[in-house]
Amino acid sequence: MNKIREKTQLAGNVFQYVIEAPLIASERKPGQFVIVQIDTSFGERIPLTIADADPAAGTVTLIFQVVGKTTEHFSRLKPGEAVENILGPLGRPTHIEKVGHVVCVGGGIGVAPLYPITEGFRRAGNTITAIIGARSKELLILEDKMRAVADELVVTTDDGSYGRKAFVTEPLKEVCAGPNPPQLAVAIGPPVMMKNCAATTKPFGVKTFVSLNTIMVDGTGMCGGCRVTVGGETKFVCVDGPEFDGHLVDFDNMMLRLNAYRDFERQAHEGCKLDAEIGKLQGGLV
Amino acid sequence: MSFIPREQLKTEAERLYNELKPKAAELTARDRRAIPQQEMPSQAPEERVKNMQEVTYGYSKEQAVVEALRCLQCKKALCIEGCPVRIDIPAFIKAIVDEDFKKSIDIIKRDSLLPAICGRVCPQETQCQEKCTLGAALKDKNKSVSIGRLERYVADWERENNLVTSPDVKPETGKSVAVIGSGPASITVAGDVRREGHRVVMFEAFHRPGGVIVYGIPEFRMPKAIVDAEIKALQAMGVEVKTNFLVGRTRKLKDLMDKDGFDAVFIGTGAGLPRFMHIEGENLVGVFSANEYLTRANLMKAYDAGRADTPIFKSRKVAVLGGGNVAMDSARMAKRIGAQKVSIVYRRSEVELPARIEEVHHAMEEGIEFRLLTNAQRVLGDEKGLVQAIETLSYELGEPDESGRRRPVPIKGSEQILEVDTVIVAIGNDSNPLIKQTTDGLETNKWGNVIVDENCKTSLDRVYAGGDIALGSATVILAMGQGRTAAKAINQLLAGS
Repeated sequence: MNKIREKTQLAGNVFQYVIEAPLIASERKPGQFVIVQIDTSFGERIPLTIADADPAAGTVTLIFQVVGKTTEHFSRLKPGEAVENILGPLGRPTHIEKVGHVVCVGGGIGVAPLYPITEGFRRAGNTITAIIGARSKELLILEDKMRAVADELVVTTDDGSYGRKAFVTEPLKEVCAGPNPPQLAVAIGPPVMMKNCAATTKPFGVKTFVSLNTIMVDGTGMCGGCRVTVGGETKFVCVDGPEFDGHLVDFDNMMLRLNAYRDFERQAHEGCKLDAEIGKLQGGLV
Repeated sequence: MSFIPREQLKTEAERLYNELKPKAAELTARDRRAIPQQEMPSQAPEERVKNMQEVTYGYSKEQAVVEALRCLQCKKALCIEGCPVRIDIPAFIKAIVDEDFKKSIDIIKRDSLLPAICGRVCPQETQCQEKCTLGAALKDKNKSVSIGRLERYVADWERENNLVTSPDVKPETGKSVAVIGSGPASITVAGDVRREGHRVVMFEAFHRPGGVIVYGIPEFRMPKAIVDAEIKALQAMGVEVKTNFLVGRTRKLKDLMDKDGFDAVFIGTGAGLPRFMHIEGENLVGVFSANEYLTRANLMKAYDAGRADTPIFKSRKVAVLGGGNVAMDSARMAKRIGAQKVSIVYRRSEVELPARIEEVHHAMEEGIEFRLLTNAQRVLGDEKGLVQAIETLSYELGEPDESGRRRPVPIKGSEQILEVDTVIVAIGNDSNPLIKQTTDGLETNKWGNVIVDENCKTSLDRVYAGGDIALGSATVILAMGQGRTAAKAINQLLAGS
């Protein structure tokens, strides 16, 4: 179960795994995610969005960035090895329908969950403008796949090392102000990027969905650790989301909550990297 | 009530045992009434707050027999009426007096499948022990025969002596039943249905089966090994357990029947949606549902900071909102994880605390502060969104409300600030809506509980439900009782088809 078929390093610390998970592959829809736990005894449960799936092959594609101890461990697994626990597909699927023109904006690793949603809107007959951005060229992922499902693709980098030197909000604003304004925007990426995208589209009255990736334990509505304030109400990302109206999400509170365990995580990650270095040195001495 | 060390309790019980056992047959009701109630031996409070091991040790043999001798063996056994599954309580206690412990546990198991668990977590003082004639005669229901402790004694005796026998399983019928969830109700259904020779597959969303007993109730109150033993016993009977399987998402309930060929389904998914207070500041960093706090600590083993990858908030001062067992568990867990000061904030008074009396006593012994007739009004935070304090309001008790308890009425102008860095909300759970949302035609009431008839059948053909998903937040014993009812109905359905 859950064996890794393929492993690809997409960017510096961004990895793509194709993993055997036949039930999830056949049930999943764009917008949904899984909970992954590498080790049953002491491992952490983390939510990861599903980037793609192949029901015939019985596989799902997960893309993740190394940000802490658990993702660091995950990144060290090899093809043929298995992840002990994968639960999913979780969350409500994206509501996909034909609305006309959809602008899909992805920042950094957020392009991974954006891809199946973009593909879904395209398949439903919408015109797609896709905007993907990263800090620099090496961190940009899925450019070709996004190009294949978009009528127009704009690439930005913060440092100008590739594409246009801009934040994704710049072209987003231009699209909204242009002759063919979108009926819908979908923005997925780091919290601050989603916050800025929502602020960009709001004056134009373009309905904007964001996909939130908060701290979770069970992913089934049981713990409430993922709760966010949306339009003044408390919502659970795992069962009410992960997608919400970006104009109603309290991003500032969400960002504070995401940092609840930052010190713990930093320490654990440092310890884990140190262990790896020591391991390498010891390996080298033998 | 002061703490008495285990050795002292044991020695005293041995003295009584030697004195009373030879004349057990001649003891009059008056003699029995005079026998002192046997205290539950436990770890010393100052020791146990530093570890996760079970707080209580369980009775010694002598204590069990002496406590059993207190039973008046009433002809009209009111205790049985107080028991949701109507265990023949006087008979199992009589067998303890006779030191025929195997007979005793067999009597219990005729009606209860999970005695080691129920003996630990049942609220006996509002069930069997509330009705006990001895307690009534002594004018103190806390002095009733300690039925739960005796139940636990014989259940532990059987398990520790490897005498647990796997029930006979009838020849395979070729029929199959899906059991959703793996808590007390589901365990009961799985066992009872499998005995009839039907294939049983149990689906659990978490990576480990056991339900609330595993993720919610802490190790120091309910050792995981006991739950694991129950699950292993089911597997030995041939029950298949599938973890990481969320019915409704991984597979729709109807697909289990229409595509996967299950002949019947039991929904035992529990009350897994935490309630919040809906007060200002509740989404600040440092406010947790009890479910989250306890799941991190228990299931994810965050108490073992050296090995667990799952973090838990480092707290110094904690307020736990609520007065039930889950509130006590959260408070005592916070203490064990290292909080210096933990306060229970509850808006009624001590007598209304819904927690088991033993848990309240244990919490008090461990230095948990009880701020009664007090409720949180809002949570205050700093500029980083971290909890700084709660603002509380004092209450007084007014007229009884629809629950029969006196209604707490706020006292104007009684606001106070309680400095804390962590708030744990333990005010109950609602039903998890996932199965309802993903299953057309499954009827629920206004609280989201699945509506069932007297046989635990839902509005859907061949679909049954029981435990907290049907009852709302209830108890292990009631969940088990419903499991028995549902299993019986499922077995009848399958026998007839």
